[in-house]
Amino acid sequence: MKRRKFIEKSLTLLAQASVLGGIFRNANAEPKDYDASKHYYGMGIQINKCIGCGKCVEACKEENNVPKEPFFFRTWVERYVIKKDNSVVVQNIDSRIERSLEVFAEKDTLRSFFVPKLCNQCENPPCVQVCPVGATFKTADGVILVDANRCIGCRYCIQACPYGARYLNPETGTADKCTFCYHRITKGLLPACVEVCPTQARIFGDVKSNASPLARFRRMNKLHVLKPSLNTEPKVAYADLDGEVR
Amino acid sequence: MKNFFQRFPDALIRIGAVFLLFISAVLLVRFIIPSSLKNEKEHVDATIERETSRPVRYAGSDVCADCHEEYRLKKEGYHRNLSCETCHGTAKEHSENPTEIKPVLPKKREACALCHTYNPSRPTGFPQINPVVHNPLKPCITCHNPHDPKPPRVPQECQACHAEIARTKAVSPHVQLECTTCHVVPQQHKITPREVKASIPAERSFCGKCHSKDSANKETPKIDLSVHGEKYLCWQCHYPHMPEVE
Repeated sequence: MKRRKFIEKSLTLLAQASVLGGIFRNANAEPKDYDASKHYYGMGIQINKCIGCGKCVEACKEENNVPKEPFFFRTWVERYVIKKDNSVVVQNIDSRIERSLEVFAEKDTLRSFFVPKLCNQCENPPCVQVCPVGATFKTADGVILVDANRCIGCRYCIQACPYGARYLNPETGTADKCTFCYHRITKGLLPACVEVCPTQARIFGDVKSNASPLARFRRMNKLHVLKPSLNTEPKVAYADLDGEVR
Repeated sequence: MKNFFQRFPDALIRIGAVFLLFISAVLLVRFIIPSSLKNEKEHVDATIERETSRPVRYAGSDVCADCHEEYRLKKEGYHRNLSCETCHGTAKEHSENPTEIKPVLPKKREACALCHTYNPSRPTGFPQINPVVHNPLKPCITCHNPHDPKPPRVPQECQACHAEIARTKAVSPHVQLECTTCHVVPQQHKITPREVKASIPAERSFCGKCHSKDSANKETPKIDLSVHGEKYLCWQCHYPHMPEVE
């Protein structure tokens, strides 16, 4: 009798424990509300819509604590002026200094436009390949991030980026770059530059999604990427891109 | 201390030193170097965690709509696609503490001029003015409501919006011609300029009224319409607001 009771008790205990354990395991295994493997981000830029106001640059610096000096940028806007003698003048539009860039003689100009630029979040990122300490890597949702704790500030990635998208942050002494505002997009918000763009020249979205502003942008426009010959496969696509843009 | 070491044979001290070195190396790798430097997955996770936990500063305009009436007005006007934070700056803190932290109210001319100053690199059709001659020193908001921007009254002359063209035409041989000589302007064009457009001459014979060789007009340069650039409309080669002279 005693033995039977013992077996009975221990069996019920086991059952209870396994149920409890199952509950706890489920609670732990509950997926976080953001699953990186379900997303793959990209951006579209419509050059014919950019008015060169520099709001995106300002917002990026505000959101990401980029130093305010005019030579540290995660995103920036270039103005191209193509003259009748086929010479090309490229200027960086900076909202904080000297806005009224030297007014050029319109008679000598063939065409002129603004080109917003940022990290292209390449499919084959050269910056990741060259990092000697493995501080920079590609996330499951396709964004290239830098581990500021691991970066030794050797500037090798800055040299390797064909788009000049990286800079050395003087405050941390580490390489820094556009992250598509990773802290915003994982919460379902738009990157700061896309949020403030007054003319919707920048379109952000999920490449995997069939119905998003980016999907429409990719369907409706003739697209091009910067420096396609390098096989970096950028995820930032440009519409109305001029052949002179490098 | 020296005596203490002399008590042991040399070989023992050396092997002890090597042993100590080994022990400290093991301790260093095991306990002192953080695991995120050794484990690739941990390093990636730690970086993603650090990136996603960064504070958001731009709240996104959906948040503004919850409290602010102006949002409804803005949705009807030309600024409908403009995010609130493009002009008012970061508002995340304001949305969390609405009474104490207020976003900026841009009241100066410079705030509007940032986007609406004439710049030849800006896309055609984007509303632009020359702030030097457009009601100088008057704040924009005395005439325009930024949440529903439009001209304060229906413009009487074409020049009010098409100032660049008017200036060009003023120094051209076509200075004597009224805009309505060549363009048919529906009344509605003055109210919704982009929906209802003014016409442009669609036939060669229109320019031929003055410029064909059998025209009665004695002052104008003449050509033979039957042999001169036959399949093109005149304005496809000649800019009518500044026709070439000789």
